[in-house]
Amino acid sequence: MTAVPYIFTVIAISAGAFFFLAGTVGLLRFPDTLTRLHALTKADNLGLGLIVFGLLPLVEWPFGAFKLISVWLLLQLSGSIVAQLIANFVRREEAHE
Amino acid sequence: MSSFLIGAACFVLAATALGLLRILRGPGDADRMMAAQLLGTGGVATLLLLAAAVQSPAIVDVALLLALLAAFASVAFVNSASHSQVKASPAMDPP
Repeated sequence: MTAVPYIFTVIAISAGAFFFLAGTVGLLRFPDTLTRLHALTKADNLGLGLIVFGLLPLVEWPFGAFKLISVWLLLQLSGSIVAQLIANFVRREEAHE
Repeated sequence: MSSFLIGAACFVLAATALGLLRILRGPGDADRMMAAQLLGTGGVATLLLLAAAVQSPAIVDVALLLALLAAFASVAFVNSASHSQVKASPAMDPP
């Protein structure tokens, strides 16, 4: 009975860690800046989202869970804003050359 | 359960540290900043996993602070780099 949330946690956290590895490999292997940005945002959103999702059954219900979700929402917001800003910067830099 | 969480934290930390090679290789400033952004996200994920592993909710506050600082660092980089970009273009012809 108590094993069910653990199985869920193990699966979600393993998937999140896999996406972090995929983000790192993409950041190292992709050929130009914009494709690397694409790999980075995948790691940001899916990796951290899945890890937070997997940790939710382990924390105390009302406040611990809301805090985890708020960390995830803050990174989601800042990650999307930073991705737009960096892409805009790269495009202007290419236009200058 | 906690040994699995610590193992996952070490794995994410190792993956993030590997991503820091991009800071070494460059080639542009934006690439280096993206590696720093990955360090911010990976650090937050590591801290959250550790907080659940050692049952200490205070570490979640550290993760929240790291998320905030990573966001500020990237915005400050784009802001200052755009200023130098604007300054650099008229400076092409010397006065």
